[in-house]
Amino acid sequence: MNQANQTGQTKGRWRLEPRLTPNRWVVGLVSLGSVVAALVVTGVIFAAYGFNPLQAYRDILGAIFADWRGAAEVVRRAIPLLLAGVGILLALKARFWNIGAEGQILAGAVAASGVALFVPVPAPLMIPTLFIVGFLGGALWSFVPAILKVKLGVNEIITTLMMNYVALYMVQWLINGPWKGLTTRGFARSDPFPSVAELPTWGATRLHWPTLVLGLLFAIGVAFLLSRTKLGFEIRMMGESPEAARYAGVDFFRTTLLLMLIAGGAAGLAGVGEVAGIHHRLVGPDDISLGYGYTAIIVALLARGSALAAILTALFLGLVFASGDVMRVVLRLPAQMTDVISGLVLFFVICSEPLMRYTLRWVPKQESGQGANDGVNDRVGSSPPPPPTVSEPVSEGD
Amino acid sequence: MELDSWLVSTFARALAYSTPLLLAALGEIYAERSGVVNLGVEGMMILGAILGFIGAQASGSAWVGILCALGVGSLAGLLHAFISVTLKANQFVSGLALTIFGLGLSGLLGRGWEGRPLASAMEPVTVPLLADIPLLGPALFTGQHILTYLALVVAALLWVVLYRTRLGLTLRSVGESPAAADAAGINVTLVRYGAVIFGGAMAGIAGAYLSIAYRPSWSEGMTAGMGWIALAIAIFAAWDPFRAIGAAFLFGAFFHLSFRLQGIFSPELLKMMPYVFTILALTLTSLSRWGRKFGAPEALGVPYRRGQR
Repeated sequence: MNQANQTGQTKGRWRLEPRLTPNRWVVGLVSLGSVVAALVVTGVIFAAYGFNPLQAYRDILGAIFADWRGAAEVVRRAIPLLLAGVGILLALKARFWNIGAEGQILAGAVAASGVALFVPVPAPLMIPTLFIVGFLGGALWSFVPAILKVKLGVNEIITTLMMNYVALYMVQWLINGPWKGLTTRGFARSDPFPSVAELPTWGATRLHWPTLVLGLLFAIGVAFLLSRTKLGFEIRMMGESPEAARYAGVDFFRTTLLLMLIAGGAAGLAGVGEVAGIHHRLVGPDDISLGYGYTAIIVALLARGSALAAILTALFLGLVFASGDVMRVVLRLPAQMTDVISGLVLFFVICSEPLMRYTLRWVPKQESGQGANDGVNDRVGSSPPPPPTVSEPVSEGD
Repeated sequence: MELDSWLVSTFARALAYSTPLLLAALGEIYAERSGVVNLGVEGMMILGAILGFIGAQASGSAWVGILCALGVGSLAGLLHAFISVTLKANQFVSGLALTIFGLGLSGLLGRGWEGRPLASAMEPVTVPLLADIPLLGPALFTGQHILTYLALVVAALLWVVLYRTRLGLTLRSVGESPAAADAAGINVTLVRYGAVIFGGAMAGIAGAYLSIAYRPSWSEGMTAGMGWIALAIAIFAAWDPFRAIGAAFLFGAFFHLSFRLQGIFSPELLKMMPYVFTILALTLTSLSRWGRKFGAPEALGVPYRRGQR
């Protein structure tokens, strides 16, 4: 943002310099840019299949938003993405990489299904119970990697990933074995839930609004937690400057554990929404989640640390998911196109990160001696870490 | 069925099933030994599977298919190396992106190939003479594919290279302490590029084994999580190519037994085992002094910036 003084100076040169606190507008623009870049590459793929890219996008959007049902479908997809994504974002603030939302979603779904199928809960309490139990299920699933990380230093990326598959096979085992329905004519799925365990939906759509409300509250709650509370301050300090956090006496053990339980629990809520809001029974793992847990990582990264921005990014990826259904019909392309788009977005999101961490600055000749003192140039690594003075309320941006 | 013939055929099929796991795990071991984690194995494998299939179908030669798979795997590896070594962006996310992208692209490319048998499939071989040995013959030398033996030979070779040659020492030092390696005049970037591209090529071949030899056809998502198991094997084998043979066989056996024991034991719980074992292995190695011997390369997952400790 310091390019204004380029005119007038004659001697000097352009130099890349690290930004300590990325400008919020730059962050937003870069995120938007990476989405646009992904869509452009996808457009090239459309063209390779003989479609006019612009027309293809117009057709897809037209088909999705032809009626309210389509729009509701987008929001419906965004619900699990929002819950899991904000959880991932929260854990990421403390540098905990939760790749395990997929498993946590499934664990929440299993816990809720267990209650819905086998526990006679009084009707008015049923749905709250499902959410509570689902939260606990997801939290339990994230507890294992969290405790291994804080107690033994085991890499959480690998353990959360492995836990996904443990959950996947657990669901398959349940629906093929002990929980296999008596009324399912041999299909691997559980019996349907009692009707009191079905979440209300908005009109004739599949938009189970109680989960949506929970997701929005969660996003707002996390934004508040991060920007306005002592815990949030400690979490940010853990992520931005662990050394300083340690000096300040932040309890890493307690905080990491708490964060992961919240993140896992939120993903568990998403699982409850899928089984109680859509399928009304425990179905196969690929039908419950469709990879929401992995896509939620994109939601979190694209939101660049802002829980409120995650509402937008979840909606965007919900749109991508919903486009998979119409792409089959409108363009006769397989639904896997959504994975192509998601993967491309993710590539561009991480590749564009350096763009935010640096700024192009004009360095006049006479100033260059002083500039060298910063010790920055292209060797960012050698620069001292940002001073741990986080007293100003840096709300967004990571 | 007689018990010994049951055991022999189970062993033989488990060996066949473990081949792609071993191939991919060997590549991952080398990549991680250089300090770069590649979570994109699954995506590279599935791309190898579809491009290998298309290549073999179009050319009429299974080996051309394997070469195609090797090529696309290397390209994917090059991309991953560029993002994680040159851009120093988050390599875990890059790998994940590669997997998501690869699964999507393979579905797109495989449209129309689904369910069509491969005309130029790789035929299984029977090793002359050796196949006549009782028990061992049918277990090891009958009905396997050349790639299975190749994988075992490569594993042994990679072990020798890793522990007995200068190249191996270079690779290990880059993964353990890139700064020291750099100071000793080793080109850290080059070594990491090489290792990651090699890993990608191996993952590509592993995928092609599935679509050209093991089950000569294309079906969407046919790698079915094998890439993640390869990742698990690298950890479970403590990043040792020789131990990877055992680990791959063990995990392959779980999967084969899950088909074999259907009706007797829950196949889902057997398939879960590799993941549970890996978490346990990680826990145990971090619990004790084994950690030093069986632990991960010191600089695993950390981009190298000259001048930064």
